[in-house]
Amino acid sequence: MENVQPAAVVASRSPSALRQNSELIAFALMAVGLAVAPFFTYPLFLMQAMCLALFACAFNLLIGYVGLLSFGHALYFGWASYVSAYAAKSWGLTPELAIIAGTLTAAVLGLVAGSLAIRRQGIYFAMITLALAQMMYFVALRAKFTGGEDGIQAVPRGFLFGLIDLRNEAAMYVVVLAIFLGGFFLIYRIIHSPFGEVLKAIRENEPRAISLGYKTDRYKLIAFVLSATLAGVAGSTKAIVLQIASLTDVNWPMSGEVVLMSLVGGLGTIFGPVVGSFVILVMQYKLAAVGEWVLVIQGIIFVSCVLLFRRGIVGEITAWISGRLKS
Amino acid sequence: MVEIFGIPSGALFGQLLIGLINGSFYALLSLGLAVIFGMLNIINFAHGAQYMLGAVMAFLLLQWTGIGYWWALIVAPLIVGAIGIVIERAFLQWLYKLDHLYGLLLTFGLALIVEGISRNFLGSAGLPYALPDSLRGGQNLGFMFLPNYRAWVIVASLTVCFATWFVIERTRLGAYLRAATENPTLVRAFGINVPVMITLTYGFGVALAAFAGVMAAPIYNVSPQMGSELIIVVFAVVVIGGMGSILGAIITGFSLGVVEGLTKVFFPEASNTVIFVIMAIVLLVRPAGLFGRRT
Repeated sequence: MENVQPAAVVASRSPSALRQNSELIAFALMAVGLAVAPFFTYPLFLMQAMCLALFACAFNLLIGYVGLLSFGHALYFGWASYVSAYAAKSWGLTPELAIIAGTLTAAVLGLVAGSLAIRRQGIYFAMITLALAQMMYFVALRAKFTGGEDGIQAVPRGFLFGLIDLRNEAAMYVVVLAIFLGGFFLIYRIIHSPFGEVLKAIRENEPRAISLGYKTDRYKLIAFVLSATLAGVAGSTKAIVLQIASLTDVNWPMSGEVVLMSLVGGLGTIFGPVVGSFVILVMQYKLAAVGEWVLVIQGIIFVSCVLLFRRGIVGEITAWISGRLKS
Repeated sequence: MVEIFGIPSGALFGQLLIGLINGSFYALLSLGLAVIFGMLNIINFAHGAQYMLGAVMAFLLLQWTGIGYWWALIVAPLIVGAIGIVIERAFLQWLYKLDHLYGLLLTFGLALIVEGISRNFLGSAGLPYALPDSLRGGQNLGFMFLPNYRAWVIVASLTVCFATWFVIERTRLGAYLRAATENPTLVRAFGINVPVMITLTYGFGVALAAFAGVMAAPIYNVSPQMGSELIIVVFAVVVIGGMGSILGAIITGFSLGVVEGLTKVFFPEASNTVIFVIMAIVLLVRPAGLFGRRT
């Protein structure tokens, strides 16, 4: 990435330093909270939630900080999950290698889809990403190795580095927690890097960023590949944790769900997608009994978020706190 | 049996016909999307759900009131169009000043609501809708058998498509619409009620989708998920054609349907994906779309 370091990005230090400090404190609190959480609730639920949260954070990197709405992020999540599951089950790879294989797949798919999608702006970008994801859904439906409607089931969790037995729930939890916190911290670093500042400049005013000499297409593509890759990490890990890869992960409702999670939590906030994915997942568990009404409720949440709470949970809280600090 | 490229001609023409039928739905739906996008600057993700709602309305009208196909063809689009007008007044009108993406997200939410409610009441399985008696049977054209209903669908959708084109491109009302698309503030200054025009445009676009839905009901079964998969293909059609031109939307819709039908004959494995592949190629060669203007 050495060729994309901008010549000079002037960041105002003092207000953003305060903000970064409070973000680091919140990050530490989140890490501690997640570390003790399995003593209070089901570890499997938490691991699933962390995978989805990382997925939503990866998606939010694009919509929140570059202003690109990808409506096909299930493509990277789902395909990474397939490859990781297949690598662990049929090739007998150790879990860390399986996750790397899935992640690389997502990165390559992100590079291809991203370089096509960034050729158009705005609303077309969303439609293109959705259409490409649907195409790869059909490929997954037809391909032999994905197991079609059955998916890949009974994926072995295996031994991490060939040593640590991940059938042990505690060991698995530590691994997922490390992956989630690592991925989250990486996104945090990306957003606050000079590269991230350029991304935000593109979000605010792309022609201006171009006129300042930035090759915005290249920045957008790198951001897209990073987002797809991290979605791939989440998908691969999910396949190992839940020991299954299926069509659900690669179909369009999954793409919609990750949008919903980020929207509920707060687009363009660092912690929003995490909060949103926990909220949505809890909702799905609680509402499992009402069947198809889940779809209706998700739709209502979408509509009310767009009309009433565009800032999302975290966005509204932040706005409320900063309003208080000023008065 | 005559063979063309090693394929029995009956099968070839049969798929070509199915392609034209699918193409007429692509054309009607992408036309509606383009008209709505032109006036509202919103990509109507609920378009597929509204198409499905048209088919469901036709089904319910027959079940509850005994209203048959021909009246349903008029009544169902009117009902769904009226629902569209309510949607525009209740939800969409608050979004015009925001980023386009919010319109997409809101209509996606609406699509989920409509699909969820339909699944609750109709179940996921398809419900059959009988052909109207007057369109049963078919013609033997010598080289193929042409069912009357399919011929009717193609003729009807071509007529509606070109009527829409004529109204927008050749009449005074259409001139107002096009002017309001370019510069709503100026058109309002001339004393034309643009907000009402926007509302009615959305209602019309939605009614077009419902019309397509009623026509589709006897061909495919009436099912709650019939819209969601179609709308994604229609998005690809819109990316290929570009939304700048009405005629472009019609031509792109029909020709992609035909290409898809032919793919089913020669390379069936790719028939689901061919439109997306064409979209990728068009993006590489002509990023603005076949009929699009470079933005």
